[in-house]
Amino acid sequence: MMLNFFDQFMSPVLLGIPLIALALLLPWILFPNPAARWINNRLITLQGWSISQTTHQLFTPLNQGGHKWATLLISLMIFLISLNLLGLLPYTFTPTTQLSLNMAFAVPLWLATVIVGLRNQPTIALGHLLPEGTPLPLIPVLIIIETISLFIRPLALGVRLTANLTAGHLLIQLIATAVFVLLPLMPTVAILTASVLFLLTLLEVAVAMIQAYVFILLLSLYLQENV
Amino acid sequence: VPVAEKRLVDVKLGELGSWLGTRDFTPNGILASIRKGHDRYYNKYINVRKGGIGGVAMLLAGYVALSYVWEFEHLKHDRWRKYH
Repeated sequence: MMLNFFDQFMSPVLLGIPLIALALLLPWILFPNPAARWINNRLITLQGWSISQTTHQLFTPLNQGGHKWATLLISLMIFLISLNLLGLLPYTFTPTTQLSLNMAFAVPLWLATVIVGLRNQPTIALGHLLPEGTPLPLIPVLIIIETISLFIRPLALGVRLTANLTAGHLLIQLIATAVFVLLPLMPTVAILTASVLFLLTLLEVAVAMIQAYVFILLLSLYLQENV
Repeated sequence: VPVAEKRLVDVKLGELGSWLGTRDFTPNGILASIRKGHDRYYNKYINVRKGGIGGVAMLLAGYVALSYVWEFEHLKHDRWRKYH
């Protein structure tokens, strides 16, 4: 019986070394550099192909200035996807469940897109605060609303990632406990709940990848407006 | 063959202490041994022409085991028990 369902989100420390350090290093180890060869081995080729496909799809709508951000955003996406997927393995720790980490990713990058927009094309960047075709009396209210929505973006980015992953992990833990407890009492119900658990795990795998993708997609959209 | 140059599998049990004495435990030495170990693993299991899932899977299994060891203090409270 789980003593405390939130223990899995506490940063574990062994002999003074936090596990989060190892968990953050692992994506770096998992994606090796391509060797200086014409044709690499199968795994490296696969990795390079998938990364280039993703980059192409994400950065086609952006203009030339936005392409300078490709390295940063794609490496961040790979980092987030691998962190999320590794967190689904048993006993592992997911650093992206910590709000501090996600806000540390969201706030500087969002702020960078805003500042880039305000420096290079201030009129257009400020013009985004007023959608086209609004009726004249509504303009003041709408500007206030758009400013609020602009400032809420980093908060939304960070909290979205944190909340999705934390909720997924908690659900898996709760349903697994339910299956475990029900097994001696009502085996049929336990089997049904186990199938729910199986489907939930598949969902979590999907959510892990999708959330990372959404994070980067929204950042690229904010960039597209501003660059 | 002098003790310092033998590999660990060839060192006899009595010579283990002196063999450990010849190993390099400075930070540079530890980094070098980590890099060598990584290169050996990488070149044997991942950097092969038709690599499969095995190389990465072993790494992830090791990571799961390491995480279990790291979190044991938390996990030992989760046993079946009448009174927690």
